[in-house]
Amino acid sequence: MNLRQFTVSLLLAAASLGGSGVVLAQQKLVPAQSEIVFVSKQMGVPVEGRFKRFDAQISFNPAKPDTSKIAFTVDTGSATLGVPETDAELPKPIWFNVPKFPQATFQSSGVKGLGAGKFEVAGKLSIKGFSRDVVVPVTLTQNGAATTATGTFSLKRLAFKIGENEWSDTSMVADDVQVKFKLALTGVGKL
Amino acid sequence: MSSPNTSPERYGLTAIVLHWLLAIALIGLFAVGVYMTGLPFSPQRLKLYNWHKWAGVTILALSLLRLLWRLTHQPPALPPAMAQAMPRWQHWAHHGTHHALYGLFFAVPLLGWAYSSAAGFSIVLFGVLPLPDFVATDKALAETIKPWHEVSAYVMAGLVLLHVAAALKHQLIDRDGLIGRMWPGRR
Repeated sequence: MNLRQFTVSLLLAAASLGGSGVVLAQQKLVPAQSEIVFVSKQMGVPVEGRFKRFDAQISFNPAKPDTSKIAFTVDTGSATLGVPETDAELPKPIWFNVPKFPQATFQSSGVKGLGAGKFEVAGKLSIKGFSRDVVVPVTLTQNGAATTATGTFSLKRLAFKIGENEWSDTSMVADDVQVKFKLALTGVGKL
Repeated sequence: MSSPNTSPERYGLTAIVLHWLLAIALIGLFAVGVYMTGLPFSPQRLKLYNWHKWAGVTILALSLLRLLWRLTHQPPALPPAMAQAMPRWQHWAHHGTHHALYGLFFAVPLLGWAYSSAAGFSIVLFGVLPLPDFVATDKALAETIKPWHEVSAYVMAGLVLLHVAAALKHQLIDRDGLIGRMWPGRR
């Protein structure tokens, strides 16, 4: 390799690095077009609730999913079941304890690409001062510049002490809670 | 053979059983309904609401059975002497009360079911059998339906009181033994 060839390859390498740098730039969540829904079962009746405020820091490259970092924050005080009497209860210490734990967080530890727009995001979910390892399946679909991430996973509410004392009775409210999300993202590279 | 005044022809056993079973169930469920709405948010409240819904759906099914039975089994006619002694308005009240009660046996539970569905709480019968929602989840609609369930239940309670008062009037004032047509047990 002569000096000229070396220089050209160096420049190409730099250019490709710069290129990948653009792809790795922070992706953004569009909260207004996103939703996080949770479904709990009360005496066998599925009851849907949602969080109205949440945000995420996302650095995600579909070509190199394992380099991705995803950090999520959810305002626990924004939880609603759509029933005013119940919503007044949720911030209390036996449920989300919002004054002490205003935010639930998720911090990814690894992202695995499964092909065809499917990924597995492993990480730590922290609610009410308790942390649990979770693996969240995520499906990405793209429409022009808009990317939508959808997925469902289940968690055990008692692992986070959501519903204490008389409400820890799982015959009243089941331990399993389904979490369903639809996240609108911008700035994600082509799948 | 006894005179029709002291021993009018009785209802059949099925009609008598359904009458008393539903009488107890309806009065009990009305009391639970009035009680539970005043409870604070608690597992007890959630439990009673679900029991109330399960019992309401059961009453609805039994009422359908009762209506089909009533339509296929002619009830005993009023004893002729009694029918002749009753003024026209009493005949009207007699039929009107029974028709209205039958209508409410269906209207009250169906309104409760619709309210539950509209409020976003599907009914899962006995915690295992999910029932269909015949109205969509719509909080505004739920608030519209809610008073109708309550008012129709109170109207039914009022008609039940009227029905009981009329039966007691026959028994205690007219002393015509009419109550024996529906009174359980052999005579």
